[in-house]
Amino acid sequence: MSLKDLPKDEYLLPGSAACPGCPATIGLRTVLKALGKKTILVVPACCTAVIESWYPNSSFNVPLLNIAFEASGATASGIVSALKQKGRDDINVVVWAGDGGTYDIGIQAMSGAFERGTDFIYICYNNQIYSNTGIQRSGATPYGAWTTTTVGGKGEFPKDMGAIVRAHHIPYAASACISYPEDLYNKVRKAKEIKGPKYIEVLTPCPPGWRFPMDRTVEMGRLAVETGVWPLYEYENEEMTFNGISRAIFEGKYKRKPVEDWLKLQGRFSHLFKPKRDEERIKRFEKFVDDMWERFRKEFG
Amino acid sequence: MKKYDVVTTLSYPKTGAMGKTGTWRIFRPILNKDKCVKCLRCWIFCPEGAIIRKEDDSVEIDYNYCKGCGICARECKVKVITMEREE
Amino acid sequence: MRVVVDTGNHIAALAAKLAKPDVIAAYPITPQTTIVEKIAEYVAKGEFSGDYICVESEHSAMSACIGASAAGARTFTATSAHGLLLMHEMLHWAALARLPIVMVNVNRAIGPGWTIWSDQNDSMAQRDTGWIQIYCSSNQEIFDSIIQAFKLAEHKDVQLPVMVCYDGFILSHTSMPVKVPEQEEIDDFLPKREPAWILDPENPVTHGNIIMPKDYPSIRKAMQDAQENAKKLIPEIAEEWKERFGTYHGDLIEKYRCEDADYIIMSYAALGAESKVVIDMLRKKGKKVGLARLRVFRPFPSEDILSLAENADLIVIDRSISIGFEGPLFTEVKSCLYGKSDAKVYGFIAGLGGKDVRYTDIGKIVDRVIERKQDGVLWYDVEGGK
Repeated sequence: MSLKDLPKDEYLLPGSAACPGCPATIGLRTVLKALGKKTILVVPACCTAVIESWYPNSSFNVPLLNIAFEASGATASGIVSALKQKGRDDINVVVWAGDGGTYDIGIQAMSGAFERGTDFIYICYNNQIYSNTGIQRSGATPYGAWTTTTVGGKGEFPKDMGAIVRAHHIPYAASACISYPEDLYNKVRKAKEIKGPKYIEVLTPCPPGWRFPMDRTVEMGRLAVETGVWPLYEYENEEMTFNGISRAIFEGKYKRKPVEDWLKLQGRFSHLFKPKRDEERIKRFEKFVDDMWERFRKEFG
Repeated sequence: MKKYDVVTTLSYPKTGAMGKTGTWRIFRPILNKDKCVKCLRCWIFCPEGAIIRKEDDSVEIDYNYCKGCGICARECKVKVITMEREE
Repeated sequence: MRVVVDTGNHIAALAAKLAKPDVIAAYPITPQTTIVEKIAEYVAKGEFSGDYICVESEHSAMSACIGASAAGARTFTATSAHGLLLMHEMLHWAALARLPIVMVNVNRAIGPGWTIWSDQNDSMAQRDTGWIQIYCSSNQEIFDSIIQAFKLAEHKDVQLPVMVCYDGFILSHTSMPVKVPEQEEIDDFLPKREPAWILDPENPVTHGNIIMPKDYPSIRKAMQDAQENAKKLIPEIAEEWKERFGTYHGDLIEKYRCEDADYIIMSYAALGAESKVVIDMLRKKGKKVGLARLRVFRPFPSEDILSLAENADLIVIDRSISIGFEGPLFTEVKSCLYGKSDAKVYGFIAGLGGKDVRYTDIGKIVDRVIERKQDGVLWYDVEGGK
């Protein structure tokens, strides 16, 4: 499939409140094209809640329920239930939540919705910070990253949300990135057709949050995949398939670009290189990525 | 578009909900249409949806809303979009 | 019409079933548990027409109800004490979103230490959420109030959520006979919900995005107006129920022997009902006492209280306390009399943590007032309570 096959319909209208170069809106445009008109979005507190613009106008052309930060999964369960009762279960119910509302404050509600088998798609757009409130650390923030609450660089590694979601044994869990729109589109299309809970995590590189120029958003996502920092995969009926370059990495057919190449381009990692190289922390970051692929090989090889 | 009477925070879809966000620009993308290969990368990667896809898959930039991020210039397959400073 | 003898909780579950909600999302907590269990039984027997979601917390229960209600469903839930407190954020959300959710709150005191017995601090603390609050003192009233609550909440001039409260264990686990109308009769009284707004791809709206200061106050004013409308509608709906089904518990206030009273006891729920026994006793002794059992806390029945204060002094018994000041009912009663009445108001705190308050205790409270004309707030039967 090619970009030509993607529909022309736009459900996110131009002139929103998003930052120039915002990855969330890039992701949303692709995701909404895959979902189509018959979609209800559930959006907790996150950047998108602001991107919608303000009352009485909205930049969204699908019905959208804003909800409290921790409540997405439960709210989706309620909507799905109501639609079923009203005989309108041909409507996609989709949570679009940031990493804060997924990894941290929202994890309980998401877990509950998965355990109950709610027929919906949970999309986590992950920019690895609490972006909306001004770039504070989240459970998804990478090791060594500057945030306003990890000023010297985060000392902990991020949660393995992929493993947590897979442990719920839901029919479909995928990892995507806005820099690969055909892949993201296909994943959403596939999820749409499956009954039960589906999870898609989309890497969304954030210019103000990661400290890189606003024209390099797509590049940053691509490099994350090429260095192996971010895997693209689908876990369907408990069978793992890696996609594109990630498959080549998994099969040992592609030599990952140095993780450093990705770190160096982002101001949030600049203290690892200036005033002098922090070899120890760079090595720890690289080991984290190596270990992740090692775990993948052990579990899915 | 049906508007509801009940008074609660209900908002309705609007293009340019934040106004003409083209005013945010410092640089504007200039496309050399003749050299465009209609790969549609600029169209799909525009965060704003400000690159309009025409019937024949050629593209046109909507300067009313383009915020000038420069992603289109960066991702253009054949590098025929340049960023020029706004007057 | 049949008569069912069952506990307050089971009666609540029955009322909820007969109101035919599309979605119930609930989480168990003592002393509400037998409500969710009864509903589960209905589901297993195929008697419940809606969808029943066993959520993983009370915050999620209210969130699920909000989602369901926004998608057009009639929704119901039940909770108590800590569960009510946990969903506090979402109570505000539901009211600001103008969603007509109906909830039972079985009143229970708050910990630590853990307590399962009744007081009203839990629901009183939800005073400012925008929810309508009804307090019941019999299982018949529980049944009637729950079904009436759906009609009230969904009324085009209200569109606000309603909580129906009653005492944990005192009512929740006590059996009483209840007259139950047939399903068709209830359907006739309570037609299908017509949502005031709805999530619908054919008419895509965004609910709850950013609202600027200049626009926010109107949202609040509209809620205030809706509660003013509710003040008129609650008695109307109760009257309609009386005409159709014969049972009645008062309008905003149940008045007992108030007409020529020198003193009127004001309280909610079980304490209120218990007072009737004392009033008959005192009347026999020549003391002219009456009872105003308040049924509604929000909207606050100011006008009715003012008119009761025209010819009597008021004895307010709160089964809750706003630490740092007074019992909430005492404060609000005085407030609605301000500048308009010279009636004296006496305040008592009794029954916190479920401490038993018998009719004899209420008798002692009344005697204290008649004999000692005590000032300020007295914590009845509490060491150092004055």
